[in-house]
Amino acid sequence: MLKVEHLHHSYGKAEILKGIDFGVRQGELFVTIGPTGSGKTTLLRLVGLLEKPTSGCIYFDGYQVNNSEGQRLEIRRRMAMVSQKPAVFNASVYDNVAYGLRIRKERGASLHSRVTNALEIVGLLGYEKRNARTLSGGETQRVAIARAVVIEPELLLLDEPTANLDPISTSHIEKLITDVIKKSNMTVVMSTHDLFQGQRLASRMGVLMGGQMLQTGDPREIFNLPRGRDIAEFVGVENIVAGVIASAAEGIVDIKVDGNAIEAVSSLGVGGEVYACIRPEEITLAKVKEPTSARNIFNGEITRIVLFGPLARIELDCGFPLVALITKRSAEEMSLQTGNRLYASFKATGVHVIGK
Amino acid sequence: MHAIADAFVLAIKMIFTGDPEVYAITARTLEISLSSILIGALLFVPLGCLIYFNNFWGKRTLISIIQTCYSLPTVFVGLLVFLVFSRAGPLGVFGIMFTPQVMVIGQIILIGPIVTGLTISALSGVSPAMRETAISLGASRLQSVWAVLREARFAVLTAIMVGFGRAISEVGLALMVGGNIRGYTRVLTTAISLETGKGEIALSLALGFILVALALIVTVLANRFLRVKEADVAQSRAPTS
Repeated sequence: MLKVEHLHHSYGKAEILKGIDFGVRQGELFVTIGPTGSGKTTLLRLVGLLEKPTSGCIYFDGYQVNNSEGQRLEIRRRMAMVSQKPAVFNASVYDNVAYGLRIRKERGASLHSRVTNALEIVGLLGYEKRNARTLSGGETQRVAIARAVVIEPELLLLDEPTANLDPISTSHIEKLITDVIKKSNMTVVMSTHDLFQGQRLASRMGVLMGGQMLQTGDPREIFNLPRGRDIAEFVGVENIVAGVIASAAEGIVDIKVDGNAIEAVSSLGVGGEVYACIRPEEITLAKVKEPTSARNIFNGEITRIVLFGPLARIELDCGFPLVALITKRSAEEMSLQTGNRLYASFKATGVHVIGK
Repeated sequence: MHAIADAFVLAIKMIFTGDPEVYAITARTLEISLSSILIGALLFVPLGCLIYFNNFWGKRTLISIIQTCYSLPTVFVGLLVFLVFSRAGPLGVFGIMFTPQVMVIGQIILIGPIVTGLTISALSGVSPAMRETAISLGASRLQSVWAVLREARFAVLTAIMVGFGRAISEVGLALMVGGNIRGYTRVLTTAISLETGKGEIALSLALGFILVALALIVTVLANRFLRVKEADVAQSRAPTS
C-alpha cells in the first residue's frame, strides 16, 4: 500500500531524516515510535505529500509519487492527515467535518448523511452547530478525526493524536482508533512517543530515532528483542548491562559483568562485547535463596524503592545496578526497605543480548 | 455650536424634503466610491493573496513599498492620473478626463495599496496550519487559498471597508480629475469644498453629515452581511447539549 525508500529530508543544514525505508501493508496500523525530535512528524508530512523530500521515493498503491502537482493532489485526495495540534476552521463543527467532502464536490443528502455518520462515530452528535473553536482539546481532536475519516481515505495519517490530551480523552481517541478505524479497511500510519500506546494499537511498529528507522517489526518483537542499545533504552528495558562474553557453548553464553557472570541465550561468540538487557518485570525477588530454575541469581542491597500505582520499582546494587518491578502488595508483604539484602533471580531466557 | 445645530436641522430637512440636487450628489458619490471599492476589491484582494502565498525575491521590500503607499497623497495620485489621461497624456485618446470613470480609476489606484496591504496582513493573521489542514484534507492550491481567505474574512472585510472609507472621503483627486462638474462629477466632498468656499457653511455641514451617515450605513450593512453569513456559527456559541 505504502512504500518508502531511502527517504532523506533536510531543513537547511539540519538533516532530519537520514534514509528511511519501510513499507505498510493494506489494512495495517503501522506505528512509528520515537522520542520527540526524532523526525516522526517530518516523516508523516512527507508521506502525506505536504512536503517534498530532499531525496528518496514514496510509492502509494504501487505508483511512484512524482513532483507533478496534479498527481500529488490526486494521491493526496486518497489520504487524510490528522496533526498533533489540529487546526479547526473558524466555522461550525458540521462545516469542519464537511470540508473534505465539499471540496470533493459532494453535496446534498449524501453529504449530510456522511457527515452525520462521522460525527456519530466520534461521539459528537449534537455538536453540529457549535463553533469548532470553542471545543476542548479532546473534542477538537475528535473533530479532526471525524473530518479525516469522513472522506474514507485509503491511507490515514495520525501524527501523535493524543500528545496534548488528558488521560480520559486519550483513551477515548485510542478506543476510536481500535474500534472504528482498525475495523475499517483503512491503512493507518500513526506516530507516537508513547511506546505503550504504540504497543496497544499497532499491528506493526517502527522505531524512529535520530532520523533513522532503526527497527521495524511487530510490537512484541520490538519490546522483547530490541536490536540496539538505544532502542532497548527507549522501549523501557531498564537494565542494560555492558559486559564481555567469557564462554559460549550450545547457544548459552556467560557474560562477565564487573566480576559477576550473567547467563544468557545468544549465538554470539567468546570475546564479544555485548549489552545484556533484562526487563525489570522479568526479575523475581526473594529474601532467602530458594531453589529455582532461574540460571541467574544475584545477592544485592536495596538502594531505592519507588512506588507508582499498583507497582513498586526496586533498585538493587548487585555489584552492578539492577531494577526490578514487582507489585506494591508483594513489596508490602515482604516488608522491603532500603538497605535490605535480597536475592534477585531471572532466567537465562529472560536476558536479551545485543552485540555492541 | 449654533451653526452645527442649524446644519444638522438643514441636513435632515434636505434629506426628507428630497432636495433633488442633494440626492443626485449623494447617489453619484455612492456610485463612484462603490464602483471603486468593488473593482478594487476584485483586483487587490487576489493580488494580496498572490503576494502572500508566493515566495519571490524582493517580497519583503515590495510589502514595505505597499505599506508606504497607504498614505499616498490624494492630490499626487490625482496629478498622475491627470497626466496620464489628459488630452496630451499617453491614455488621452480615451477622452475620459473629467468623467466619473476617470474618478473611479483614480480611486482604485488610491485604495490599491491599502486593500492589498491589509489583505496581506489579514492573511498573515491566519495560522499556516490552516492552509496545511485544508491541503491535507485534499484541497487544491486554489481551494486552500480560499480556505485561508475565509478564515481571514473579518480582517479582509476590514481592509475593504478602510479602502471604501478612503475612496468616499477623498477630495483632492475628485477635484483634479473629476473637475467638480455640477450634475456630472460633483460628489459630496467636492460639493462641501465648493460650498465652504462660497461661504455656505450650513449647507457644507449638512453635506458633511450626509457623508458621515453614508459611511456609517455602508459599514453597518457590511457587518450585517457578514453576520448573516455567520449566523449558524454565532448562535451556536451557546452549548447545544
